Amino acid sequence: MHAQNNVGMADTGSPSASSLDEREARFQSRIDDGIRVEPQDWMPDRYRKTLIRQISQHAHSEIVGQLPEGNWITRAPSLKRKAILLAKVQDEAGHGLYLYSAAETLGITRDQMVDDLHTGKAKYSSIFNYPTLTWADVGAIGWLVDGSAIMNQIPLCRCSYGPYARAMIRVCKEEAFHMRQGYDIMLALCAGTPGQKAMAQDALNRWWWPSLMMFGPPDGDSVHSAQSQAWKIKLFTNDELRQKMVDQTVPQAEHLGLVVPDPQVKWNAERGHYDYGDIDWEEFYNVVKGNGPCNRERLEVRNKAWTDGEWFRDALVAHADKQAQLATAQAA
Amino acid sequence: MKNQWPLWEVFIRSQHGLAHRHVGSLHAPDATMALNNARDVYTRRNEGVSIWIVKAADITASHPDDKAELFDPANSKVYRHPTFFPMPDEVKGL
Ligand SMILES: [Fe+2]
Ligand SMILES: [Fe+2]
Repeated sequence: MHAQNNVGMADTGSPSASSLDEREARFQSRIDDGIRVEPQDWMPDRYRKTLIRQISQHAHSEIVGQLPEGNWITRAPSLKRKAILLAKVQDEAGHGLYLYSAAETLGITRDQMVDDLHTGKAKYSSIFNYPTLTWADVGAIGWLVDGSAIMNQIPLCRCSYGPYARAMIRVCKEEAFHMRQGYDIMLALCAGTPGQKAMAQDALNRWWWPSLMMFGPPDGDSVHSAQSQAWKIKLFTNDELRQKMVDQTVPQAEHLGLVVPDPQVKWNAERGHYDYGDIDWEEFYNVVKGNGPCNRERLEVRNKAWTDGEWFRDALVAHADKQAQLATAQAA
Repeated sequence: MKNQWPLWEVFIRSQHGLAHRHVGSLHAPDATMALNNARDVYTRRNEGVSIWIVKAADITASHPDDKAELFDPANSKVYRHPTFFPMPDEVKGL
């Protein structure tokens, strides 16, 4: 809990260089021993900053991730699918909240993070800048996007920072439902009319590559990887996780009778993995830079929701203040 | 950055007979809203039968630097554990 993380942060003072080195060495050896770091514990500034960036980006992704699917809540093909999608999107809001809380234990405020998202200063996962054109996209997102997210998040349940690891455990429990409901949509479409199956194939074609890009740049170009691995806030490399995703997904696509849109996908018995083709990293960086199909729309919708809700948030505060005043007046 | 809502810690009793356990935290303008939000954020899947919320600022916690001072003395008092006392095998009921 973060009741007194301020105390933990204030006690660092300005230690001399050698004692700082010593503290860092002790910090690293505790991590090597598998001891979790908790909010009040001393930690290197770079560890704190890296985690704030990583956790808040993750939180923003959960929040913005509600938008592409939220788009289909009112147009779901049945009441059952609508109720399921609503529950799934609500979970994503919850994931955002768990993660914002975890980030706050490191000393950043919620308001600061929300502001960074809304001004475009903070990043979120690029995948959410792609549009959801058909109902099949909702299936493909659950199957592939939540699938990739799980692949990425399961190892993080064992990461070195306690509040982050605990948030991840809650998130992972709920993600399994997300992935299955997505695959269930794909199963239904693939067992449907030729037109419905074609819709499923089209969604796979459009979401396959962006889902593989979710794991981030290839290991050679990944900037903070080595340090993050030493700190155990990254437990597998981007390429390792991406390979796992390909290995898991190709047979799932085959079961649906769909074809992944990569002619180079082929089982490699020697490696014990599927080979796959080159990813268009230019597209990835272009979307990260803000030029994806929906970057502007996503931020506009977020900002509008925030502004439209302002009167309500203000009213809640006014009510709380009034009640507190009444209570003091009665006590006096 | 005006009006940041206070932080509340959320404790949930998962079933009757068990103690409330810390599950996370959230922001809310007052206790009633905190309770409502805790229900939505932390009990969407039957996780609990009771919720406590406590203003984070009202919690007093021990400091990690005091760990040795607070907890090490217990290490030298192994006689507090029943296994400290060797008992004759043939005597029952101890
Ligand atoms: Fe999520
Ligand atoms: Fe999800």
